[in-house]
Amino acid sequence: MRAFQILIDGFAISALYALGATGFTLIFGVSGVLNLSHGAIMVAAAVAAWAAASIFNVGTYAGALIGVAVALIAAFATYFAVVKPIQDSRRIPNEEKEIFVLTGTLLWGIMIQELIAYFFTNNAKTVLPIVEGVVDILGVRTPKNEIFTAIVCCLVIALLWLLVNRTRTGKAVLAASMNPRGVTLLGLELTNIYIVVWAIYGILAGIAGVLLGMFLGVSSYSVGPLTASAFSIVVLGGLGSVSGSLIAAFVVGYLETLTAYLVSPAYRTIPALLLLVFVMYIRPQGLLGRR
Amino acid sequence: MASFFTSRLFFISLALVVIAATLPLYVSGYVLGLLTVAFYFGVFAMAWDLLFGFAGEVNFGPTFLIGVGAYTAGILNAQFGWSVYLCIVLGALASVIAGLVLALPALRVRGPYFGLTTLVAVLMLQNFIVVFADLTGGEIGLTIPDVITINAGANYWIALGFMTISAAILYGLSQSPIGLVLQASGQDPVQAGALGFNIVKHKLAAFIVSAFFSGLSGALLVFYFGTASVGTVVDVAVGVNVIVSAVLGGRRTVLGAALGAIFLIVAGEFLRPTGELATFIVSAVALLVVLFFPGGFLGAALSHEARS
Repeated sequence: MRAFQILIDGFAISALYALGATGFTLIFGVSGVLNLSHGAIMVAAAVAAWAAASIFNVGTYAGALIGVAVALIAAFATYFAVVKPIQDSRRIPNEEKEIFVLTGTLLWGIMIQELIAYFFTNNAKTVLPIVEGVVDILGVRTPKNEIFTAIVCCLVIALLWLLVNRTRTGKAVLAASMNPRGVTLLGLELTNIYIVVWAIYGILAGIAGVLLGMFLGVSSYSVGPLTASAFSIVVLGGLGSVSGSLIAAFVVGYLETLTAYLVSPAYRTIPALLLLVFVMYIRPQGLLGRR
Repeated sequence: MASFFTSRLFFISLALVVIAATLPLYVSGYVLGLLTVAFYFGVFAMAWDLLFGFAGEVNFGPTFLIGVGAYTAGILNAQFGWSVYLCIVLGALASVIAGLVLALPALRVRGPYFGLTTLVAVLMLQNFIVVFADLTGGEIGLTIPDVITINAGANYWIALGFMTISAAILYGLSQSPIGLVLQASGQDPVQAGALGFNIVKHKLAAFIVSAFFSGLSGALLVFYFGTASVGTVVDVAVGVNVIVSAVLGGRRTVLGAALGAIFLIVAGEFLRPTGELATFIVSAVALLVVLFFPGGFLGAALSHEARS
């Protein structure tokens, strides 16, 4: 009974982690950008969905769509206002661009976080779920919302896989991640590919954010921990490796759920952090990472 | 190094310190208190810049080192009643040991991996403080019974003196052969290694020096505040302030980092009437500096001097 509960809860949270980390790792894989405003964009999506449905009464579906749209806009703003100017800057030496992108997106994330806190307070917000009620699975009372979250996450990841591996645009993105210079030689504009990737990223982060808002609720305080957990999952899996981050998301998700149920919710994140240090020590490039 | 004592930077710094030293004679205790905190933050930022600016490693864990120093000193004083000065020394020592423990795995990896390892250290420390609440005061924080002094002027002078001495040592180090090797390894580790320099040894040294000053400053800050809490010395947000200070002031300048920290703290206070938007405005200004003056305050000023 309890084992089933851990299995089900762990699956839902892991799927959500996987979705949250996928966009993050995609951008890194393609353009080498670690976007530290990731948590802020996810929270912005959730808060927008919450505000649209709870304050402006547009309904849960429209609310969720507005949330995703806000994440898309935020992702584009991150790229055009912060990342691209740094990448194009001639005053920043090339070997330091990575550090400037980290600092820049970090500050950008704080700005988004503070705006959310200013307009919507620091209180936790729970987005109205699209499906309500509970079902009984193998003797475990499970909220339908939890099942919905898991299914949407898996579907979106599957769609992403199809997009990257089966469409022309996806193949261009894949090629850019392997050899950016080669892609430009083929006559493709690198900036256009980056725009596509940031668009995909915005949608992924938006869906993950809205689902998180329905499943666990968010506040402006979630920004830091969300970025940190996406970062750890992605590094654990191997930077830039989408399948690596999927595995890592499930390892971390289940480890946390197991700890929360079997030990104490207070210790929830500690084993995952220890594992991360351990992996860094024996395999610094992550589970499936290339060096 | 010798040329520094005849440079404009030296005279400007000297003049600033002399002017700063006279402040308690004519400004309010409130301003002194603000600057006292800013000076300790200045040391955090300079210590961070030694590691980041010169070795090119993004250390997301400045507050791990600061927090270990601060909490060690605080716990020894609050739970065991040891004397303030002994606690401060042991706090700095604990931070050096923690720095070594962190550096050993962290220095094997580079770039984002290094950043993550140091970030994890902060998250772990934060978790342990909450879990061992009996010892650490948990989320509420630890109340420290002793203080160095309650005189605002004396506290201010201690902080100013400490920052000045730290700045002199850290700046001296950054201009020494060790600093040059660090800088070379930051720009091209392979080539620097090929020249026969033991990069890991130099980075380890930088880490330990950075840890020592961070821990010492953290311990001193605890005895100024009379409390140690996650929100003031460990939280990732505090680390962000340290990082932003150093980048804002000008990375690789050490002294600029202190200017950046003082600017951040003072600007945050000036903007307090804007309420919750204060952090937003400070972050926006910092982002604009990062985008348009990547050299930071001191970097911009120095390049101007070099041109003219």
